Amino acid sequence: MRASLPYALAVWRRNFALYQRTWKLNILPNFFEPVLYLLAMGVGVGAYITEMGGTSYIAFLAPGLVAVAAMNGASFEVTYNAFVRMNFEKTYESMLTTPIQPEDVLAGEILWATTRATLYGGCFLLIAMLWGLVTPLHALLALPITPLAGLLFAAIGIAFSLRIPSIDLFSFYFTLFLMPLFLFSDVFFPLEERLQGAWIYVAEALPLLHPVRLMRSAFQGTWSPVLLWDLAYVLALSALLLAIAARVTRRRLMA
Amino acid sequence: MCKRFGGKPAVADLDLEVPAGVCFGLLGPNGAGKTTALKMIYGSALPSAGRVLVFGMDVAREPRAVRRRLGVTLQENALIEALSPRDNLRVFGRYHLMSEPAIEQRIGELLEFLELRSHADLPVQALSGGFQRRLSIALSLLNRPELLILDEPTTGLDPAVRLSLWERLRALRAGGATILLTTHYMDEAERLCDDLAIVAHGKVVARGAPRELIASLLAPQALELELPAARHGALLNNLHSLRHAASGDRLTLYAKDAAALLDAVRRAESADAAELVSVRPTNLEDVFLALTGAHLSDGD
Ligand SMILES: Nc1ncnc2c1ncn2[C@@H]1O[C@H](COP(=O)(O)OP(=O)(O)OP(=O)(O)O)[C@@H](O)[C@H]1O
Ligand SMILES: [Mg+2]
Repeated sequence: MRASLPYALAVWRRNFALYQRTWKLNILPNFFEPVLYLLAMGVGVGAYITEMGGTSYIAFLAPGLVAVAAMNGASFEVTYNAFVRMNFEKTYESMLTTPIQPEDVLAGEILWATTRATLYGGCFLLIAMLWGLVTPLHALLALPITPLAGLLFAAIGIAFSLRIPSIDLFSFYFTLFLMPLFLFSDVFFPLEERLQGAWIYVAEALPLLHPVRLMRSAFQGTWSPVLLWDLAYVLALSALLLAIAARVTRRRLMA
Repeated sequence: MCKRFGGKPAVADLDLEVPAGVCFGLLGPNGAGKTTALKMIYGSALPSAGRVLVFGMDVAREPRAVRRRLGVTLQENALIEALSPRDNLRVFGRYHLMSEPAIEQRIGELLEFLELRSHADLPVQALSGGFQRRLSIALSLLNRPELLILDEPTTGLDPAVRLSLWERLRALRAGGATILLTTHYMDEAERLCDDLAIVAHGKVVARGAPRELIASLLAPQALELELPAARHGALLNNLHSLRHAASGDRLTLYAKDAAALLDAVRRAESADAAELVSVRPTNLEDVFLALTGAHLSDGD
């Protein structure tokens, strides 16, 4: 069955209603995290680096960290939170007593994770702008890239969550998948400058690389044809994984 | 319908037809397959074989259309703990795509109907189990269901609340709703249900109105004795093996005429250590235990 937007929005609104209760507490760390990163990495480490990728280190760092914030915001929602809703709080079981279908649940959760990613990344972007690392115009250009990054990592995360039997496996997802992405996806150093030969092309498989490149171009207001590839990668992989998740979700949510 | 989990049948060839407008009880021991059967009825589980028609529609094919018209109280509450009952109801109303004014109006009615108003704005996690249960029931009533499916609705409710809930359910039935419920309380089934089925190992083992079931399966009167289990056999021999049930030292004998049976027991030598516990009408619990209990033995 195909997802229906009104029902997916009802699922989204369930999460939003809960978030409204706690947003003041939830949103604060979203502001602290960028400040801490920019201070330690940008100001601290950056003092020893004269320039990277043609800019100051802190200016190099900021766009990548915005993409990472979006990745994290989406990832937590579709992993731990969705797993708890699915298996412990019986949220989906209760939704399936109403006209809501498993595909609506999936669509609603993806929308919600994308929303959280946008909020998370948006906070970071705001701090970067106030810090003077991006002009307001370029920040506006960068903003739509946060939901794109969110969608991608929501799709990857949910495809994983729907397949695993136990919540303990998420620690693998975070330390063996998201953590290496964080470290090696152009966030801290230009990856392609450290790679040789065919490895440059192999690295293109890393999902975080593409939102980071898009984000950096938006920050700097530069354009190159490779951005089309980045955009295509993000959209195509998201669509592919969501199609797979849609097949699994019915089996997983219905006995 | 039939439902297997990894080859093991949870529901085996369950064949039931429930007329509209009745209160129907599904009884059975733990693990009998009641919850699984209900899930197939509202379409959150798919039968391994067979099909389920609700309102004349195949629920596996038209789950949305069927579920628009029914309400379900799950065996385990699935509430949003950090939100108030009012907010839980709002969220649930949106699952049915009700308009905001319609939701608010319906919330007012349901808070009244289930006597939840005094706790309407506290977080659910601060409510007692009974209030949480009533909220779960309220959620299933939001869309004014024609069919109400209740999986052990009164578990955890105090006697007064249970009585008042029975009243509410009767009112709903009088208003034309069909009610399908499971319960482990036999007095509840006996008083509330017009019709019921007892299932064991995923099959219907008895079906009928509570009074009819009792009358057709057991004698109308029950005599309960306390007698060391080792001596049950001797007494039953003296009494020419009539229908009985035993659990530990407790022996229950069934007869048309309890007074005559009591005389016979008093005359029996083997019963000199017996203590009479009660003489009472046979009830649904006797029938349930006779059909599903392990301690059943049949006289000739
Ligand atoms: N998702 C599942 N996976 C595997 N086995 C299941 C699943 N759901 C139920 N079962 C099994 O199916 C059988 C029937 O379970 P069900 O929950 O329907 O019983 P029940 O009659 O509702 O019991 P209770 O009175 O304890 O609620 C049990 O043996 C149970 O272990
Ligand atoms: Mg059950």
